[in-house]
Amino acid sequence: MSAASTPAPRRAWSFRQPSVIPGFGLTLGFTLAYFSLIILIPLVALAIRSAGLGFDGFWKAASDPRVLGALRVSFVTALIAAAVNVVFGTLIAWVLVRYRFPGRRIFDAIIDLPFALPTAVAGIALTAIYAPNGTIGALFAPLGWRIAYTPAGIVIAMIFIGLPFVVRTIQPILEEVSHEVEEASATLGANRFQTITQVILPSLIPAILTGFALAFARGVGEYGSIIFIAGNIPFVSEIAPLLIYIRLQEFNYVGATVIATVMLMISFALLFAINLIQAWSRRRYGYGN
Amino acid sequence: MEVRVQNVRKEFDRFPALHDVSLDIRSGELIALLGPSGSGKTTLLRLIAGLETPTEGKIFFGDIDASEKTVQERNIGFVFQHYALFRHMTILENVSFGLKVRPRSSRPPASEIRRRAMELLDLVQLSGLEKRYPNQLSGGQRQRVALARALAIEPAVLLLDEPFGALDAQVRRELRKWLREIHDRTGHTTVFVTHDQEEALELSDRLCVMSQGRIEQVGTPDTVYDEPTSPFVFGFIGESSELPVTVENNELWVGGRAIGVPANGAAPGNARLFFRPHDVELVEADASLPGVVTNSRRVGGTRRVELAIGGSNHPVEVDLPFDHPAAEKSRLSFRPRRWKLFPAA
Amino acid sequence: MATKLRASVKRRRSPTSESRPVQWLLIGISLVFMAIILVLPLYAVFHEALSRGIDTFFASLTEPDAQAAIRLTLLVAAIAVPLNVIFGLAASWAIAKFEFKGKAFLITLIDLPFSVSPVISGLVYVLLFGAGSFLGPWLKSYGIEVLFALPGIVLATIFVTFPFVARELIPLMQDQGTGDEEAALSLGASGWQTFFRVTLPNIKWGLLYGVLLCNARAMGEFGAVAVVSGKIRGQTTTMPLQVEMLYNEYNATAAFALASLLAMLALVTLVLKSALEWRFGEELAASAHE
Repeated sequence: MSAASTPAPRRAWSFRQPSVIPGFGLTLGFTLAYFSLIILIPLVALAIRSAGLGFDGFWKAASDPRVLGALRVSFVTALIAAAVNVVFGTLIAWVLVRYRFPGRRIFDAIIDLPFALPTAVAGIALTAIYAPNGTIGALFAPLGWRIAYTPAGIVIAMIFIGLPFVVRTIQPILEEVSHEVEEASATLGANRFQTITQVILPSLIPAILTGFALAFARGVGEYGSIIFIAGNIPFVSEIAPLLIYIRLQEFNYVGATVIATVMLMISFALLFAINLIQAWSRRRYGYGN
Repeated sequence: MEVRVQNVRKEFDRFPALHDVSLDIRSGELIALLGPSGSGKTTLLRLIAGLETPTEGKIFFGDIDASEKTVQERNIGFVFQHYALFRHMTILENVSFGLKVRPRSSRPPASEIRRRAMELLDLVQLSGLEKRYPNQLSGGQRQRVALARALAIEPAVLLLDEPFGALDAQVRRELRKWLREIHDRTGHTTVFVTHDQEEALELSDRLCVMSQGRIEQVGTPDTVYDEPTSPFVFGFIGESSELPVTVENNELWVGGRAIGVPANGAAPGNARLFFRPHDVELVEADASLPGVVTNSRRVGGTRRVELAIGGSNHPVEVDLPFDHPAAEKSRLSFRPRRWKLFPAA
Repeated sequence: MATKLRASVKRRRSPTSESRPVQWLLIGISLVFMAIILVLPLYAVFHEALSRGIDTFFASLTEPDAQAAIRLTLLVAAIAVPLNVIFGLAASWAIAKFEFKGKAFLITLIDLPFSVSPVISGLVYVLLFGAGSFLGPWLKSYGIEVLFALPGIVLATIFVTFPFVARELIPLMQDQGTGDEEAALSLGASGWQTFFRVTLPNIKWGLLYGVLLCNARAMGEFGAVAVVSGKIRGQTTTMPLQVEMLYNEYNATAAFALASLLAMLALVTLVLKSALEWRFGEELAASAHE
């Protein structure tokens, strides 16, 4: 990759193809400058701070029990929530794409609510519902089951914010499933259940995996929707982003930086995995449907 | 397995796609449903398959009323224009699919399924490619896989919907020959839909010509070509020239002039004369069709001459051998050797 | 006749759809799930906000701290969104109108902030401008406070809303190609004229869509701003932060009252978003969520 911070002069190797349209230098320059100032330099500063601890120092801080506990809470809850979202998200995408029923358009629009609603608002609303005296919390309180202030509450919050990722990833793929392929399956003798499970769903697997990864990544990094409904008890219901925040309040920048770096490494690994899935499915299945 | 279509009518939301269609398909024959788009041929095919249900009428497979059966129960093989292969399965898995989804009781063991699938891949000349995925194959190869997949379930009837429509001309010609060979080997009752008359004439045992939701004529390629029973069929199959004529004194008259063609007992009055451009002879006589040459071009081994005939607005085309001396003239007189007369529209 | 009718009625179902009871079951499960997970929280916000009556509701909103929070939120959005719009326009112009090496990588980079947790988005600025950094004290000596002040909040908000406008415009402009601009240039228009009179009208709906999403996120951002703002009541608390503070002080009704304003913003955003999608679906289709 050769994105230098200034456009290269014309050489035999040629950074870009000549064109009559003006503004390349200006726009690319501004883009790169803005990106560097806002995103790159701050992230690099984080990396430098991390590196400054040395490998041993970093490892010691990262393997602190409370840190590991927070990471575990974040990952396990995000995993469960993403799995639930995959099941129901696929179902919802199916119903929205294939069936016509009154109010379908409204429900289709509501799927995006978690994208639009501020996280703090979602946080306090969910807490109100699942607290022992809340609409749903009250249903389970007599059984002795608490949802709010426990890891279960964290999972519910992560389900809320992750749902649109799964639905919106699967919907366009489902819309393109060829009618003829379904008819072919029927002519070969497959009943409806077999057609859905052996022909349609497998072709959705790349989209389902991508949706899962996106929902998972979002769940791991989420803060505002969760801190109200979680109990925030270390090792039990304390998520990693909260621990970063706590360390900052304590002016323990080292601790905060370490956790942040670990989380970033995992986020980028997930991003990479998602790109791999996309590339693999393009290669295996060909473009489009 | 013979198929009987009985008085079938199909409407889509009030739009009539088929009007009272009846057809008897003989066991083991290769029959083409031929017609322009909108003729209803694909609708008829899909009704036979069970992918659509008739608004009225019945379809019999042998003696059994298939209208009661779902598409899965009818045991038909269907080949789509765009292959409809399962992209996430290998070729082998595609071909084996129909056998794998059978209920436990009638499902062959896995080794048997594999053997049959490999046998079919051999039949369609694709052995060695069984581990490939559809998007690694060419269009012609994909269509062959589609056919193998349809044959795997040993269908009672094989149905093909414009199977070569998405392929290059060259590949189309090769696959045409190859389909005929496969049919001769396996002997399945086969119905295929096409808008390409050359394909239909070359491939089929019998043709069913359709137009606007109705069957115009059913017959062997020769019958349909030599003895068309309607203006549409005459015009659609092979090349044709048309002239408005009047019948008087049991002779045909054009522009107030007898052309030396007997009317063979046709009713007096206006009529339409159809003939093929190459079925003409040049004559120098009063009782003939004179015309002024308006255009003349060479097409392969013949010369196609366009004539303006007095009494008609439409130019008429006749074919001459390309080195015929008369081709240089500006006026020609001719008479059709073979023709058909139809009532005026 | 009767048998004909019976046959056609019995087999009305197409071979490529499920039976009616199954359909209704699936629809039912989906609707119940969506109602519980999505609709119920929305309802809860308004229900709690009005639980002490409409007067208390308005009293909470006119309270000085609430007013300050509203003003700050609007101000931050008014700065962050236009800046990201300019960036989005510049980036999509560079990417869509030219061919150069590293383009795909740049597009991936622009999406980066989406993969970063909001708290980390704030943390990076604390590291850059906080105590113990170089820039922090240096700027302070010039009287510029970044952290615990407006600039920090704006920076953190820009970070998290960085990609929104760009990722709507890039596929849209790539789809539209360079034909129109080349035509304008050949007719003698200058670069700026071409941009304002040819490009901008072509992308106006995509731009509006991007601005809508960018604004919703900018006004609603919580985690990143919580880290950089210091939460100084009345000065550096945005609306989401104020909601948190009220809630933690057991003043739930006031918290929900303020939250309901944000929820209404979310609803307006959704309605406008849907309206844009329905009417200009094909134009926006290039930039559909992936």
